[in-house]
Amino acid sequence: MNAPTALPTTPLPESFQTWFDAKGWSPRPHQLALLERAEAGQDCLLIAPTGAGKTLAGFLPSLVDLAGRKRPRMGAVGNSPLHTLYISPLKALAVDVARNLTMPAEEMGMGLKIETRTGDTPASRRQRQKRSPPDILLTTPEQIALLLSHVDAGRLFGNVKRVIFDELHALVTSKRGDLLALGLARLRQLSPDLVATGLSATVADPDALAGWLVPQNSDRPSTADIVTVSGGAQPDITILKSEERMPWAGHMARYAYADVIKAIAAHGTTLIFVNTRAQAELVFRELWSINEESLPIALHHGSLDVGQRRKVEEAMARNALRGVVATSTLDLGIDWGDVDLVIHVGAPKGASRLAQRIGRSNHRMDEPSKAILVPANRFEVLECQAALNANYARAQDTPPIRDGALDVLSQHVLGMACADAFDESDLYEEVRSTYPYRLLTREAFERVVQFVATGGYALKSYERYARIRQRKDGLWRVANPMVAQQYRLNVGTIVEMPVLTVRLVSAKQAAQRSKNALRGGRILGQVEEYFLETLVPGDSFLFGGEVVRFEGIHEDNALVSRTEGGDPKIPSYAGGKFPLSTYLADEVRAMLAEPKRWNELPDQVADWLRIQKDKSALPGRDGLLVETFPRGNRHYMICYPFEGRLAHQTLGMLLTRRMERARAKPLGFIATDYVLGVWGLADFGKLIAEGRMPLDELFEQSMLGDDLEEWMGESYLLKRTFRACALISGLIEKRHPGQEKSGRQVTVSTDLIYDVLRQHEPDHILMQATWADAATGLLDIARIGSMLQRIDGRISHQRLERISPLAVPIMMQIGKEPVFGEARDQVLEEAERLDEDALLAEAMIDEELR
Amino acid sequence: MSAWLSQIAKEPDEETSASIRLAGVHLVADRSGALYWPEEKMLIVADLHLEKGSSFARFRQHLPPYDTKATLRQLGRVIETYEPERVIALGDSVHDRSAWDRLDETDRSEIETFAERMRDWFWVAGNHDPDPPAGVPGRAVDSLAIGPLLFKHEPGGVIGEGQAEIAGHLHPAARVIGRGGSTRRPAFAYDQTRLILPAFGAYAGGLCLSAEPFGPLFAKTSLRAAVCGRSRVFTVPAKSILGWR
Repeated sequence: MNAPTALPTTPLPESFQTWFDAKGWSPRPHQLALLERAEAGQDCLLIAPTGAGKTLAGFLPSLVDLAGRKRPRMGAVGNSPLHTLYISPLKALAVDVARNLTMPAEEMGMGLKIETRTGDTPASRRQRQKRSPPDILLTTPEQIALLLSHVDAGRLFGNVKRVIFDELHALVTSKRGDLLALGLARLRQLSPDLVATGLSATVADPDALAGWLVPQNSDRPSTADIVTVSGGAQPDITILKSEERMPWAGHMARYAYADVIKAIAAHGTTLIFVNTRAQAELVFRELWSINEESLPIALHHGSLDVGQRRKVEEAMARNALRGVVATSTLDLGIDWGDVDLVIHVGAPKGASRLAQRIGRSNHRMDEPSKAILVPANRFEVLECQAALNANYARAQDTPPIRDGALDVLSQHVLGMACADAFDESDLYEEVRSTYPYRLLTREAFERVVQFVATGGYALKSYERYARIRQRKDGLWRVANPMVAQQYRLNVGTIVEMPVLTVRLVSAKQAAQRSKNALRGGRILGQVEEYFLETLVPGDSFLFGGEVVRFEGIHEDNALVSRTEGGDPKIPSYAGGKFPLSTYLADEVRAMLAEPKRWNELPDQVADWLRIQKDKSALPGRDGLLVETFPRGNRHYMICYPFEGRLAHQTLGMLLTRRMERARAKPLGFIATDYVLGVWGLADFGKLIAEGRMPLDELFEQSMLGDDLEEWMGESYLLKRTFRACALISGLIEKRHPGQEKSGRQVTVSTDLIYDVLRQHEPDHILMQATWADAATGLLDIARIGSMLQRIDGRISHQRLERISPLAVPIMMQIGKEPVFGEARDQVLEEAERLDEDALLAEAMIDEELR
Repeated sequence: MSAWLSQIAKEPDEETSASIRLAGVHLVADRSGALYWPEEKMLIVADLHLEKGSSFARFRQHLPPYDTKATLRQLGRVIETYEPERVIALGDSVHDRSAWDRLDETDRSEIETFAERMRDWFWVAGNHDPDPPAGVPGRAVDSLAIGPLLFKHEPGGVIGEGQAEIAGHLHPAARVIGRGGSTRRPAFAYDQTRLILPAFGAYAGGLCLSAEPFGPLFAKTSLRAAVCGRSRVFTVPAKSILGWR
């Protein structure tokens, strides 16, 4: 549905028309289109750019329906006043939308109860909401799962007419989306007449998204109606032109900070997006170090304390800030003040991702958003240019909706057994009606049920400790109330790395480790435990924009004190590293392969590519360029797949294994988003040239068979993936009733569980779930698969005498980043040698003294 | 060659283990976490925590029920390798007091087979298993002194001149940092008078040497860790162990 034409007689009730008239507004065509669909009982997906009035479009049908309704009193089934559910991926968004919705409802004197329910809602209010529900409830996927697991879910949801999913594109590609899809199927059981509405930004595959909204029982795929609002003004995007020399490598873009400050000073409010929390800390600090006008610039990322973040958000809403350095925590659509410029530091990683971030500036769709891209190194220039082209072409590269995860399904099955006794066949049909699980086999479902009951092991020794049991009538029911309690404490699919609370104390207090000191210490936020394990007391790091000194760990607190100067280590948080999208990777390869297009690029970068063409070769669009050269006493093999860091890491592990077998003596490798570099002792170039290590065999697709299997067993990435599956499926608990305090004592390391399970039952359902995740997750195996296919028969080898221009960036990264590898015994060997050296040195002294 | 240099000398036939000298006694730290005393043909393992999986299952956490099998399989391998005549299980051999009753028949008979091959099998009492084991052979003891070595579950006793203490209980693990990143592995922690074995059980887990309980047990600079790597045991000095104070 496109250009608005003359409106038919308005379908709006009079009070609404009056309200619109009083505001001097008129309803937009897509808002009326959604109203019409909803009144006809049709599920609908609205795809619209930022500023199109999506939220009102979503709620208008509910408000119109509610205006003509007599409020039921809570009582028997079907009498709940709860009419509309609104589900958003962010707590803050739910709160913000509630505020925006309350205004028109009050102005029209509708007397509606509009409430939010999130993890932050006090227990007393949550209880009251169950007894006396509001008309409209704004909430999150986790709260929906929780409410559905209660015995009175039928009463509560029995009368729901509308469910609105906001930012649906962001919800569906994760395990949260799987959980929510299962929740929607259950809601449809409880209230068969409900109409689902999805609100989404532009995506690559709208049909899949529309399919997600509707039941999939039949053989052919069904989809919801799609209403598309095209348009929005063409954004004004530029790549920062700097007089400074463009760095070869690195992620910090130091060269650009002076220009960034100038841009902030020239605009009202600027959002500065970065890719990782570590980058956010550093950019924030560096901007302040040259912020001579003291422009109010703030920092916003997920590790900071909630109170701190809320303060920043409020200040933004008041337009009291000129700049905010942010990670993806500000990606989604909350209206915070008048942002008129977005600066993106570092590569955008995806075209759709960039479009959304840019959409954060200027929330009026008829005015152009303004954005400046700041590449941090030369390869990122190529990527920025590709993203910029994609943006003008309105190309989309949002990830596809994956098949539903089995660990999430396990969690849901337990939740359903908490709510009510279920019949296995009925629940199977219900689950299969969801889009993510539409292809689920009965056998897989039965294994999930067995897993939930007793762990689903071949060795059946836990029958008497079952969590759910089949009653005499054949229905499954939770075995005891304690299990329901356990379920509720552990609901959700967001698995964080273990974290510690960062508390600011004085150095003196830290030394005493007194309880009072801890109570008084201000909480700065949270940091992953593994990061702190790399620190020794006295080390300093950047946190929340200030340099703090690590004093030690006390219970689950990391104690830090204020400190001046020193060279801080930067928090290297786990979060926030997105791999380069397939679409952008293809664009970058295309650009490299066509010298005519280089005039789009800065001169420094175009020159770099020209010299590469002379000295070596350019990576082709479809093939793979492999360079070999000696340097120092090592030999290097540099490959240019452009498939993203995660895929390159996995590829590196597999390649080095094969190279070992070819006696090439590889020593290590390094992976970036663009390039993979391997170094070792044998002359790689010679081995390849003499056919002793043929490249087409090295990169053969069989790599993903036995080699992968063998390596995966030991891979810590797979163990990390397993950990997430174990937590989500409920195999181990995030929290155990009454044992929160001694939390560390009650868990068994998932690494140990993984080792035992892999040895004794490698085809257990949780191992299958882990492998499924690995294909798209941390190991990105699916992507390597399609790459190996693409380059088959198209690998070209350049045997060089020295390093090529294109290889310079990755060669500079060697030694700066931890080398990726899992032969961690090397570390131990180093330490041991250190010990032996010391001993031998001592021995020599000993001899001399004698 | 000075005496301490023999600490790093490798047994020619045991390339994956490390040699440790304590109170004049030569001991072998095996990669599995077991300790072997060649002179006495004695094998020492600590903290088997058998039936930890089923212990969790009682609280409806269904960990893979194979931990006892995995632990016994590993123990079998070590026995095959060293062919000991005596075995000391250094306490916390089972995870809870009723665990002996939950052992399945195959596992129970495997333990019997092991024990029957030995001249002696000692079950040292631990905090998880203060009572003598039920239904398996072997002698239950609170502690054990053999030659200059004193074997007990919890470390921290008084050590006489020329003696050394061998204990378990704390499940030591070391995090070692190098250029390639850091790695955390189970480890034998020792100095001149005390050695603490890593936990042998498949689900037992480890506690970093930086944790408080280890502080008072070892002299600051003379602590060493025999770290159980993937390929072999590595002997590293105190300064390479992260967070050791």
